[in-house]
Amino acid sequence: MTEGDDAPLQAPHSATDLFVSFTRLALQGFGGVLAVAQVELVERKRWLAREQFVEMLSISQVLPGPNIVNLALMLGDRHFGWRGAVAALGGLMLVPLLIVLALTLVYARFSDVPQVAGALRGMGAVAAGLVISTALKLVGTLRSNRMGRALCAAVALATFVAIAVFRVPLVWVIAGLGSLAVALAWMRLGS
Amino acid sequence: MTLSATDLLGLCAHFMLLSLLAVGGAITTASDMHRYLVVEHGWIGDAQFTASIAIAQAAPGPNVLFVAVLGWNVAGPLGALATMTGTLLPSTLLTLYTTRWAAQRRETRGVRAFTTGMAPLTLGLLLATGWILAEPFLREPGSRWGTLALVGVTVAVMLRSRLSPMWLVALGALVGVLGGV
Repeated sequence: MTEGDDAPLQAPHSATDLFVSFTRLALQGFGGVLAVAQVELVERKRWLAREQFVEMLSISQVLPGPNIVNLALMLGDRHFGWRGAVAALGGLMLVPLLIVLALTLVYARFSDVPQVAGALRGMGAVAAGLVISTALKLVGTLRSNRMGRALCAAVALATFVAIAVFRVPLVWVIAGLGSLAVALAWMRLGS
Repeated sequence: MTLSATDLLGLCAHFMLLSLLAVGGAITTASDMHRYLVVEHGWIGDAQFTASIAIAQAAPGPNVLFVAVLGWNVAGPLGALATMTGTLLPSTLLTLYTTRWAAQRRETRGVRAFTTGMAPLTLGLLLATGWILAEPFLREPGSRWGTLALVGVTVAVMLRSRLSPMWLVALGALVGVLGGV
């Protein structure tokens, strides 16, 4: 049953409802959960309006931690405080964690089989492609970035070179390049 | 492998630090996890590192679970506990405490300067992570072309369609079973 985006908003009934709903949502997400979350929370459950989803996502993106985890925490916290946040996070993580650890054990037993090792190499290559395509999809959001395209490209390139080529620890990249970029953005926003 | 209590605490502490740096998701810090686990300590190898991420991608659920697989491969259940607690606890507390604070100040110059400045850095990090995942395969002549083809197909399909990544992960597994990479 697919409901329209205009149907009246609903709220989770209980912390248990949050736990079960986030478990269902997580189990549908192969290679990332965010797309499934949009369909489930906005279109099926109607717990969030599309605008609220975007708003929560943009705050999630500013905060450290996976966006989907932060989104689950915010939604849970909004309805049932700490209990809701823990229920949503638990739903998102618990069953998938058991599945992924079971797969790890299975893999450890069969990693000598050439086909299994090959399958993992193939999936690894796809994983690299998925990360790269996520980055490319998000490049469009830089168009409206107030720092301007040239500066954005310079910051992204400098980050890539520092991490991928020179293997600089991330903490130094964020402290150095990150502070510089935020300072530049601060000046651009003031002018 | 068994790790001493000191090593486990160090592992947990390092992942706690990364948790607070993981703007854009845990995957953006995967390159530093690689540096710490593979290069600096030698607890796991290149192939095992990449396989850990691939297993988590292949399973349903948030991709951040690759952190648990890494911990498991380093030191079993205690390792998984150390990396997962380290990864989730600091960012969770920070999120809960700052959500309302940030929501009220979304339009201020400070918050906007942060989002504006960090956006290109996050993208650069994602690209670097993709490179680090693919690079060990690209170095081996035997799997170079197969890897390039799979990365290319994945990027092309993801940018042009709304196909679930699940099917591409399955395609990668199939190509791998048939000896293509």
